[in-house]
Order: sequence, then structure tokens, then C-alpha cells
Amino acid sequence: MSDKKKVRIAFFDFADCEGCQLQVTYLNEAFLGVLEHCEIVNFREAMSERSDDYDIAIVEGSIVRKHDEERVKKIRENAKILIAYGACATIGGVNGLRRRFKDHEAKEIVYKGREFPLDAGWPRPLHEVVKVDCYIHGCPTNNDEFVKALKSILLGKGYDPPTRPVCVECKLRENVCLFEKEQVCMGPVTRAGCNAWCPSWGNTCYGCRGMLDDPAEQGEIEVLKKHGYTIEDLMQKFELYNKCRMEAQKK
Amino acid sequence: MQDGGAKEMRKNLSRQELNIDVEYLTRVEGHGNIVVNVKNGTLEKCHLEIIEAPRFFEAMVRGRSLFEVQHITSRICGICSTGHCTASVKATEDAIGFKVSEQTKLFRKLLLHLETLDSHLLHAYFLVAPDAFGALSVVPLIKTHKEVVLRALRMKRNYSDMCDIIAGRHTHPISICPRGWTKLPSRADLVRMREIFTGQMNDLNATVDIFTTVKLPVFERETEYVALSLPDEYAFYEGDITTTDIKGTVKPRDYKEVIHEFHVEHSTAKHSKNKRSSYMVGALARTNINYDKLNDQAKTVASALNFKTPCYNPFMNTVAQLVEMAHCVHDSIRILDHFLDKGVDYSDIVTSWPKVDEWPDFTVKGGTGVGAVEVPRGLLVHEYTVDEKGVVQKANCVIPTNQNLANVDLDMQKLIPEVIERPKEEITLLSEMLVRAYDPCISCSTHLLKVEFV
Repeated sequence: MSDKKKVRIAFFDFADCEGCQLQVTYLNEAFLGVLEHCEIVNFREAMSERSDDYDIAIVEGSIVRKHDEERVKKIRENAKILIAYGACATIGGVNGLRRRFKDHEAKEIVYKGREFPLDAGWPRPLHEVVKVDCYIHGCPTNNDEFVKALKSILLGKGYDPPTRPVCVECKLRENVCLFEKEQVCMGPVTRAGCNAWCPSWGNTCYGCRGMLDDPAEQGEIEVLKKHGYTIEDLMQKFELYNKCRMEAQKK
Repeated sequence: MQDGGAKEMRKNLSRQELNIDVEYLTRVEGHGNIVVNVKNGTLEKCHLEIIEAPRFFEAMVRGRSLFEVQHITSRICGICSTGHCTASVKATEDAIGFKVSEQTKLFRKLLLHLETLDSHLLHAYFLVAPDAFGALSVVPLIKTHKEVVLRALRMKRNYSDMCDIIAGRHTHPISICPRGWTKLPSRADLVRMREIFTGQMNDLNATVDIFTTVKLPVFERETEYVALSLPDEYAFYEGDITTTDIKGTVKPRDYKEVIHEFHVEHSTAKHSKNKRSSYMVGALARTNINYDKLNDQAKTVASALNFKTPCYNPFMNTVAQLVEMAHCVHDSIRILDHFLDKGVDYSDIVTSWPKVDEWPDFTVKGGTGVGAVEVPRGLLVHEYTVDEKGVVQKANCVIPTNQNLANVDLDMQKLIPEVIERPKEEITLLSEMLVRAYDPCISCSTHLLKVEFV
């Protein structure tokens, strides 16, 4: 394949921890294989080379300030395909926790103790600002899913994230259910695709891949009731990653 | 004042005009600009601007349970998440008065070593080495120095594989939590890690060899160096705070006696100072303070790289990191051998959320806790205030990169006049290399503005 036909991929980051981009550096040899079919033209964390000519934009982080909005709109104009990559971009992630504070409270928090003005902005997932073509969820993203999604996107087929709950993958890994260990787990209502990463390491699911499109609400309420918890207990925890969506649903 | 001379040096420069504006400095973690402005022979502006969007983590953790704070603060930075987790669980345990087992502590030390190894390696190979080879990034090196790139990738995978084994993953580790671990490695896991460490010795030696040939810029500016210190151990996981300007040590809970934070206009991140206008934290500060506590293997690397302390050249921070890598590798092997010899006590496993009846005799009292840890980029402090229900009321995180920002600016203000007659491209590259030498982590540095809740 000649260089000209290679698909040009650009990485961009907004308000986030850059941990999902970091996952890309863990791909190692497998990633070098993907590189044969595409060309990375922007990856600020690891490269000084830059370009505005790209086909696929992989965008990480939440949109916060006016400056970010303008930047991501430009990226949208340049890219044929825009991928929201990681929880901050796909669902707002932990940045959404700031939306528990009202606008004026947030401003109050920003300017307190600082004599210099600062644009605080308002954290949002990408789709609240620009059209998103594909979602790769997770905090952090999972490399197995990333490679699978990227291959599918490179073949022109796009990528649809799983629509089953984390519990399905957790059962397949034969983990003891965390509710049996008296833990409140987000697995029943959270989108799978991570291979039940956290429950397999003895921790609970925190809902970082976002809520299922069609969660089995009644079943979940029964499970909670059986173990002495309420739906409010669950929502308080679910807010950790899903505040943006919970707000959007209220509207 | 030590900085008066530097101010004088900024006037009557042999060059009348110079404008350097590096927007979105690359090969650093996060968003920063370098601005240098010489007008009529005077250095008017010379600093690293931090432009990353502030994220307000201290606001995010407010009202959340003490047992999920570690999960949230880990998200301050993907690269440094293990360091944040460690500082966070220590602050939580300090706040509720919980003492962890020796086994928990040893496994945390091992995880922290892996974090240091991975981070230092990333810095040396991916961020610094391209400058040494005259390349823009590690990508062209795939063609010109393939064996170097493959070695870097191999080592990186080794360290991240071991993080996977011990904590589920390196970015946002899963099994480390307040009170201990939700999963502990099996004997087979320990054997595997021991094998990986033994197998990568040649790669480690070859890495040291590369840097014996790398010429780093000659530059010196003596400053105050700050690090944790212990009487009989090279301090990473725990210790008291000390500096090259004070006698004795300061307890982590009294960190504000040394770390004085302040705001500057050109940065969305806070700056810090102690007695002078700036101080330095990180590998160079640690080696300057704790050199005699390094193991013999690390000292051998230091002499191979001609690294002598005290060292006042910030560009040598990368060399200090290589010395620390040798220390971490051999100390990790020591820890693994301990567990292979004595076995692991699996009854030590805890849940991430304490069960209702798990602590019959324990009640969470309201209070404040502090966790101080030496993470790859330097001293990290987390401080939480909780109410009697274990809900966070107030938090403060003091980030290594922030503590270095004032020092970077002052280094740049001394460096630029010294090289002012060189071509603009060379001055630009030197100032970029200076900033990169500190291995700044800008996501971390702008995680917040300090929040005082009424």
C-alpha cells in the first residue's frame, strides 16, 4: 500500500487526564501492525509533528471552555469521521461531577482565592457540542475494544458499542457477584465491552462506560431490594461518571 | 536574595529583539506554551504558560464518600494515576486513623516502583531521546534507530504488564484501595514478575549505555531541593519532608510549613515556593537529598553516567531518573523475593467499600488526613477533611509539576540570556528541552483551583 492511500488519523485531547491516549502507547507491536494501514499525523503527547489534514479524528476529553468549543468544531470540519474516545468524551465522565454545582456556584469556586480572571467553562461530552460518529467508551478505554473498533472503522463499517450489561461479561469470567459480597455494583445497568475489568480485580463496577440504552430497571430494583439498598443509593454512585446524562434526561 | 542577580542579567542583552512563542508544547503531558520576549535588549517575558482547562478536582470530591475519593483523584492524571491513588489512600487512612498491614505497604511500594519505572522510561525514551537523536519524535526513530524503539516498547510493556498483574492495569489501577488491596497476586504471578525483572536486565543496561553518549546542555542554577526523607531507606512511599535549605524534617501533616502555594497570571496552575522564589522537586531533588540511601546498583549507574550530587543542572533530571530506575528494579526484586520466601497472606484482602458489619468496633470520626508520596515527578500531597459520616468536606492536592513551575521560569530566565546570541531555533529548542527535562505533567498541574467551602 502506498503512503498516499493510508488513512490519516489524528489524536486530540481536551479536559481530561490523557490516560486513554496513554493506552495507545501500551498497544506496542499490535499497534505497529495497525500503523501499516494508517498514519498518525497528530499525537501531541508523543510527537512534535502536526497536521490539519486527516481523515479520522480520535478526540479525548470533555469540552469545557469557549476556546475548546471552537477548537473541536474546527476538528469536526476537518475530519471525515470523529470518534469520541474515553469516558470524558463519550459521557462527560468524572468531569460531570462539577455539574452538581450551579453555574454561579462554579464561578464563585473559580474566582475564589485567585486575583486573576480565569475561564472556568462548563464540562460537556463531545456530542453536546459536535456530531459524533463513533463512541469508544471507558475510563480508561480498553485496548482490545479499541483495536477491534478501529479495524471496523478502517474497513468502513463504523463501530457500535455492546448493548449488554457488564454482568454478562462478569458471569462469563466466573466472578462471584459483588452483591453477594455486600457491595453495590453498577454492573447491571452499565454498558459492557471492558470484559468486567474492575469486578475481575475485586472492585465494583463504577459505571464508567455509561448507562445501557435500555437498562432492565425493574430487575435492578429487585436486586437492590434483595440486598437492602435503594435506587437512590445506586444513583448517588452512578452520578460519578454519568452526571451529564442524568441531567440531559431530566430536561 | 539569590534571585537578584538573575534580574540584573535580564537587562542589556546583546540581542535587541527576540520572540519565541511555542504554542502547545509537544512531548509533554498536557497543554503549555513557552513565551520568550526580548525587547530593546531586555528580557521582558520568559515563562511557561499553563493553558490547560482547570478541572476542579477538589470540587468534584466534595460531598463524595471517602471510599471513592481515590477512584476520583486517580483521574487527575492518566500517567500519574498510581501516584495519586497511593497519596489518596494514605490521606484517607490518615483521616480515619486506619493503620495498614506491612504486607499492604510492601505491595504498595512495589506498585509505586513500577509506576516510577514506567514513567521514567517514557520520559527518557519518548520525550527526551528524540532531542538527543535530533528527531522530532520517536516515530522517525523507528526507521533510524529501530532497535532503540523496540527496546523502549519492550521495557514499557514489561512494566505495564507487571502493573496489570499487581493492580489490574497501570492507568487507574483497580485493586489498590483504602485499607489495603481488593486482590493480591498469586505465587505464579510473583514468579512471573521475578522472571520479567530478570529478563529485562540487558535492556536496562543498554538504556544506561545510550545515555552515556547523550550530551545534555551545560547549565547550572542552584536552587532549593525538596523531597521526602527516611533515615534508612530511599524514600518513595513514605517519609518526612525535608529540603536543602532547612535543618531537620517536617511531618507530612505540616506540609504548609514548606510548601507555600500562590497564583500567577500566566498560568491556570498554582505555583509554589518555600524560602526562596522557587524550589525543585523530582528525581534530581531526591537524589540530591537522599543519594546515600540508594542501593549499590543505582550508585553504579550513577558513576557510569558521571552523575555526582549535589547537581545543579536541571537537564540532568533525566540522568537522575535513570539512576532511580536501577534502584527501583533492584528494590522490586528484593520485595518479590521477600514474598516468594515468606508467602502472601490472602486474609489481608479487603473490599473497596467497607461492609456494614466489617468494622464492629470502628467508627469513622470526622477529621483531616494527609498523604505524602514521592511520585515520579516529585513530592505529591493529598489532604482531605471529612465529616463524621466519612463524606469529604474539603480537599487539597499539591502537585509536583506545580511546585516546579516557578523554578522552570527562573531557570529559563537565567538560561535565555546565556544563550541569547545563538540562532532563534536553537534557543527555542533549548527552552523546550529545559521544560521537558522537568518532565512536567500539565494535566496534574491544572487539576484544580484550591476550593474553600463555606
